[in-house]
Amino acid sequence: MRSFSYERATSPGDAAAAAVGIANAKFIAGGTNLLDLMKLEIETPAHLIDVNDLALDRIDETADGGLRIGALVRNTDLAADRRVRRGYGVLSRALLAGASGQLRNKATTAGNLLQRTRCPYFYDTNLPCNKRTPGSGCAAIGGFSRQHAVVGASDACIATHPSDMAVAMRALDAVVETVRPDGTTRNIPIAELHRLPDDSPEIETALQPGELITSVTLPKPIGGTQAYRKVRDRASYAFALVSVAAIVQPDGSGRVALGGVAHKPWRIEAAEAELPDGAKAVTARLFADAKPTRDNAYKLPLAERTLTAVLREARA
Amino acid sequence: MTTISLDVNAETHQLELDNRTTLLDALREHLHLTGTKKGCDHGQCGACTVIVDGRRINSCLTLAVMHQGDEITTIEGLGTPDGLHPLQAAFVEHDGYQCGYCTPGQICSAVAVLAEVKAGIPSHVTADLNAPVRLTNAELRERMSGNICRCGAYSNIAEAISEVAGRSA
Repeated sequence: MRSFSYERATSPGDAAAAAVGIANAKFIAGGTNLLDLMKLEIETPAHLIDVNDLALDRIDETADGGLRIGALVRNTDLAADRRVRRGYGVLSRALLAGASGQLRNKATTAGNLLQRTRCPYFYDTNLPCNKRTPGSGCAAIGGFSRQHAVVGASDACIATHPSDMAVAMRALDAVVETVRPDGTTRNIPIAELHRLPDDSPEIETALQPGELITSVTLPKPIGGTQAYRKVRDRASYAFALVSVAAIVQPDGSGRVALGGVAHKPWRIEAAEAELPDGAKAVTARLFADAKPTRDNAYKLPLAERTLTAVLREARA
Repeated sequence: MTTISLDVNAETHQLELDNRTTLLDALREHLHLTGTKKGCDHGQCGACTVIVDGRRINSCLTLAVMHQGDEITTIEGLGTPDGLHPLQAAFVEHDGYQCGYCTPGQICSAVAVLAEVKAGIPSHVTADLNAPVRLTNAELRERMSGNICRCGAYSNIAEAISEVAGRSA
């Protein structure tokens, strides 16, 4: 690990300002992904700004009946919150499908959104990776790519976003609230938070330098049957090959977001109009522009079958 | 270097540490509490599991400087050779190990799992998110999935934890 200086921030605005005031600074909250990457020298910050004292660990009800989740709310606490379990079951389910008990106790809401891909070529510093070393190439393209993206990828990167929580939040139309180094705040719909790789896969989000996530807001509960189904190589403690977050209403309408298939949670609202016609019609629309590799083409029928199972269960 | 105080097993220690020192290395290399084990050092195996402010975490994936004032419990703080924690005694009774390297992490994790179930925290295999949680074998195995045992002593580990869970239920 490279050497770094360390400070504990006392307000969100100060933290954001500090992050641009010092070269190569990074925020640290749970640290479960960042420290792993620092040990491998994939992340090499010169300065860490510990944001754990920022009192962003509450879940409050909003005026319009939704929930405002502080950026530092731990994954365990968010999944177990009574209001989340009752009104946003898909979110509890997604969180509980991710990582291990130990990691969920430490990992935060904002950190979960900002975690980096688990593409094995991103982790292998002996091999080219445009996300790790821009311009060096992509070893995953032409490599073993069974875990990689089937849609929305580019010639520069075929990595997937690893979060389960973000997939549920995408289905729930969450909004991310931030503070910038100049003290101004803004709201970013979760659909616009994560980027597709295009020709700059090293830029993963819409966040500007120093911009700090302070909370994530969920609109008021929309009811329906909510499910998160994750298909993985082991029954527990593994990343998704394919996952489906679904909210199905009694009239057959609903929402669907997929994990494990793209560089961001994959949802196309127009595809949801096909829900009454079944999973095949929905996934055909979601994957209209898919470009799978030989290794990961299985994800297309797997996603369709997973959605079929989710819909069958929801309508039972 | 940063000077911090760490509260470990009800004792306060003053330490001057390189910022890079993980909580795991602070425990092992600076406080010589070698019960907590370094397995993968990347949060994948659970051998380094300790309990911080009542919650189990991977001590390899957190910095010691981030834990000033936190209450840290390691395997050494759970029981002693003459006064074993009920879970330590149950692991012995049920032979819940072979080489023993993952055992301190398994036991710290299991202590926290029982508390999580008591607190009603659901898991991936909990059928109804809004009903009380019961510690079935499936629940126990899911909740312990962050602790890997390369010897494959899982069946005996599950029996040891079940026995203690049943006793305290």
